Amino acid sequence: MITTIKERKYLQFLLLLVVFYLLCLIVPPSDSNILWRFPPLLKQLPIIINDSVNYLLFDWWLIDVWDPDIEEFEQKPLVNLITRAFSGVILFMIEFIREIMLGGVKTIVTFSGWEWATANPWARWPALPWTVVAGGATIIGYALKGPRLALFVFFTFAYIALFGQWEPSMETLSFVLIAAPVSVLLGLALGVWAFRSRRVETIMNPLLNVAQIVPHFSYLIPVMIFFGIGDHAGAIATVIFATPPMVRLTLLGLKKLPPEVAEAGLMSGCNNRQLLLKVLIPTARRDILIGVNQVIMQCLAMVVIASLIGAKGLGNNLLIALNGLRIGLALELGVCIVLIAIMLDRLSLAWANKQTDYFADLSFVQRNKFSLIFGVVFVAGIILAYIGSFFFKDGFNYLYLIPHNKGITTQDFWQSGVDWIWDTFFYSLKGFNEWLIIDVLVPVKTAYLGMPVIATFTLVMGVGFIVGGTRVALSVGGFLLFIALTEWWDRALITAYLVSLAVVISSIIGIVAGTLCAQHPVTTRFILTVCDTFQTFPSFIYLIPVMMLFGVTDTSVLIAIVVYTTVPATRYTVEGLISVPAALHDAGSMSGVNRIQRYFSIELPMSFPHLALGVNQTVVFALSMVIIGALIGTDDLGQLILGSLSDRQGVGNGLILGLCVAFIGLAIDQIIRTWANQRKQALGLD
Amino acid sequence: MTSQAETSSSSTPVIRCDSVYKIFGANAKNMLDASNGIVDAAKFQEAGCIVGVNNASFEVFPGELLIIMGLSGSGKSTLLRCISRLTDATGGKIYIDGEDILSMNDKQLIELRRSKMGMVFQSFALLPHKTVLENIAFPLQVKGISTEASIKRAKEMVDLVSLTGRENYFPRELSGGQQQRVGIARSLAIEPDIWFLDEPFSALDPLIRKEMQDEFLRLQGALSKTILFVTHDFDEALRLADRIAIMKDGIIEQLDTPANIVLNPATEYVRKFTEEVPREKVLKIESVMDPFNPTQDMSDLKVPKNAIIETVAESILNSSKPVAVINEEGAIVGSLTASKVVNVLFGGHTGKSGEQSS
Ligand SMILES: Nc1ncnc2c1ncn2[C@@H]1O[C@H](COP(=O)(O)OP(=O)(O)OP(=O)(O)O)[C@@H](O)[C@H]1O
Ligand SMILES: [Mg+2]
Repeated sequence: MITTIKERKYLQFLLLLVVFYLLCLIVPPSDSNILWRFPPLLKQLPIIINDSVNYLLFDWWLIDVWDPDIEEFEQKPLVNLITRAFSGVILFMIEFIREIMLGGVKTIVTFSGWEWATANPWARWPALPWTVVAGGATIIGYALKGPRLALFVFFTFAYIALFGQWEPSMETLSFVLIAAPVSVLLGLALGVWAFRSRRVETIMNPLLNVAQIVPHFSYLIPVMIFFGIGDHAGAIATVIFATPPMVRLTLLGLKKLPPEVAEAGLMSGCNNRQLLLKVLIPTARRDILIGVNQVIMQCLAMVVIASLIGAKGLGNNLLIALNGLRIGLALELGVCIVLIAIMLDRLSLAWANKQTDYFADLSFVQRNKFSLIFGVVFVAGIILAYIGSFFFKDGFNYLYLIPHNKGITTQDFWQSGVDWIWDTFFYSLKGFNEWLIIDVLVPVKTAYLGMPVIATFTLVMGVGFIVGGTRVALSVGGFLLFIALTEWWDRALITAYLVSLAVVISSIIGIVAGTLCAQHPVTTRFILTVCDTFQTFPSFIYLIPVMMLFGVTDTSVLIAIVVYTTVPATRYTVEGLISVPAALHDAGSMSGVNRIQRYFSIELPMSFPHLALGVNQTVVFALSMVIIGALIGTDDLGQLILGSLSDRQGVGNGLILGLCVAFIGLAIDQIIRTWANQRKQALGLD
Repeated sequence: MTSQAETSSSSTPVIRCDSVYKIFGANAKNMLDASNGIVDAAKFQEAGCIVGVNNASFEVFPGELLIIMGLSGSGKSTLLRCISRLTDATGGKIYIDGEDILSMNDKQLIELRRSKMGMVFQSFALLPHKTVLENIAFPLQVKGISTEASIKRAKEMVDLVSLTGRENYFPRELSGGQQQRVGIARSLAIEPDIWFLDEPFSALDPLIRKEMQDEFLRLQGALSKTILFVTHDFDEALRLADRIAIMKDGIIEQLDTPANIVLNPATEYVRKFTEEVPREKVLKIESVMDPFNPTQDMSDLKVPKNAIIETVAESILNSSKPVAVINEEGAIVGSLTASKVVNVLFGGHTGKSGEQSS
């Protein structure tokens, strides 16, 4: 009996389930019962964190600084000085780019001081006419890649201008143009460092793991405390969030290189710097460019979130539009963000792949043709803007700067569309919504909340044990214990409920859709393209259409998560299935199985490791989306994190809450990954 | 392919290795010091160390082509990487043109590579983001030569390896043979004195390989560099080598001319290794000829004494009388009969080789 259980995993699972149910039945729900809920022993932790942060920021290492205003030395804390100086630099760079495009006075103020600038009102940096910016960008697109990219760039800028989103778009662009390069360089540097030193790598790896699952919001609070509020704070938060994938992909790319590449570089006489910059990094550029792409996507995904701590631009407007349920406007803004994201991605890619032609024997005009064309566009744009100032008398010069929200708009169309849908399908939508909430969501939620903590531990650690033995069981238990000892166990359960529902639904959809599409090369390519496209959308974009239909409810959040997370589930399914060697298909067919048998007996088991990783990604995506769902109101951990934002003492809470979310993710990640690796080894895929 | 080793042994060696060891593993250095130079691979393995090169001592002279052979894992690449100091030898001394390279600092080493060394890799190891021309110009550019000059030189190299017209291709757009031509051109761009080739043609299919060997011989004929050449392929070794080193488990079992290796194997391993080698491809007329007997009725045909048998076998077999063997000055030093050649080709334990060579 015992030996059979030892051999058969499903029997072990069955036994585990029975124990789990028994525990659920036996343990009575009462707050004084330690088996029902653990006491919040870590309650003080957030406060301790707050205190130490405050100490660090205001009392630690005071140094004397000369204050020119009161002409005296003043004691200031070191950390505070450093962060202020850092903020100042970042802010200056953002403002500088912003004023090139939109005009302004801050750059001049930086060098001359407010008094002088106020006394000399003429000393204002003039904005470039939007035609010049659009034209310049188009020329860059053409120079880097060719007419198709140029057309796309032009279309993007034209869209932005026509829809009256010029100002917020340029604000966002200036923000991204600082945050993205900083993240890329930082990520590259850290990645190279980890590549050079084994010790750094072992330290960095777990940090990266946590950093990628900790929800965006958790960064906001410490950033806000250390750096204040504004564009620079948004940029810093963005950099913190966008750098880890860059580090990881840089490291991955460098480690994948065959040693002969470095040797060839050395034998060519490279010194260390040349080896790195001219040989290793360019050769690993496939992965590094994926990293750059990720950075750009993260930057634009952060646009909305960064606006919570004062970043100006599209994100802020989008947030306001979403809160005001102005779906049409939100849609237009969302398209702006997506277009900018794709444009930056393509431009950076084209720049990285650019090659020089050594053969052409060019004249001066040919060599400098792009600069010359830009010169022409520049002058023409200014002349146009000047002419425009005679045409448009009412204060808005459309040929110079298109004022905010004064462009064309399709809002009414979308609004009437939404109205029409509401009018026509009111009862079915409402019915579906109510059914989902009353018959599915609420019961599941109640069930989750009705689990005694001891039962949850038994279940999760048991699964960990069956899959990976004592080590996995213990580490998973450790993650859970941390959450259980905070005061937010119930909230964590709610998060878990939303995530697990969404993961189950999207995994089913993804695996089915992926399987169907993987049957034919054409549909395979099609579905991969679709996945690529959807992956470029920042996550909150998905909230717009569902809110259109279901308003601010758990349904909306659930559906948005499902839509968002179906993408990785589908992609990994397809990739897993097409990686099954064709020889195996033939072997299967030859032994007389039909297609469905073949799928279940050969393809599915062979691609299981891939599928498992897909589900893993789904979990990570779902967790990050749950937090975004908090933006429109759910009552899980995300909501609390959002709440701690507006609290001066929120650092500790925010961090601990963020860790809670991350630990849920890490626990699931650990189990799935161990399992997938075992299957991989069993199938000889490693 | 004359035996330069003998003629130039009086001049100073370009490369000299003195008891070179390379042992992988955390504790390698200490273990080597404790072992007094007698390294037993099995014992080291138990301690978690892998022996790559074991007590290698030899010299390579200017213009000589030394081939390093051995089974996979015998330490050929490791030896090459020690001499080019891509990896630091664990023990021993290595001299290039009399200079101890193990004591060189980074700067000197870079200078050495920039002026004296070129290397060709089995997997080509081209830079994927650079075109053919840029790849070839790369060693020049890292040296700080102006773009214009380096591109000009690279173009000459492109012509030299017959890739004209493909200057602007990327490596991924080239066939394996073409990629290796780029690798060869890159390694020659700085006009190195010493040329390392680590199985340069192993990744190519046999036809292309033959073509590349011809190309290589043509280049070597024109450039006459000092060469260390690693290969798996005995035919290749015989076509190219002045001397051959045979390695096993990091130890150089024998280092000698092709003929000596085949005729007088130093160890049982070398004998096994060379057993299958067709002798007519190795042996020179000299080593099988009979003494000249002036009374004999000779054919009009004369063959040089240092010709490889295979190259003249057909004409000897076709002549009914013994053939005269002459030295460099044209004086007759021996004779050779058709039956003797048949014996070499098909007789003895080299019987199989006759079938192989046909
Ligand atoms: N970086 C390394 N770390 C540990 N062991 C190594 C390393 N490089 C090589 N070795 C070991 O040293 C031995 C010799 O390897 P080497 O690459 O020199 O063989 P080789 O003769 O070139 O083989 P091949 O013909 O397959 O290229 C092998 O046992 C190998 O496993
Ligand atoms: Mg090798």
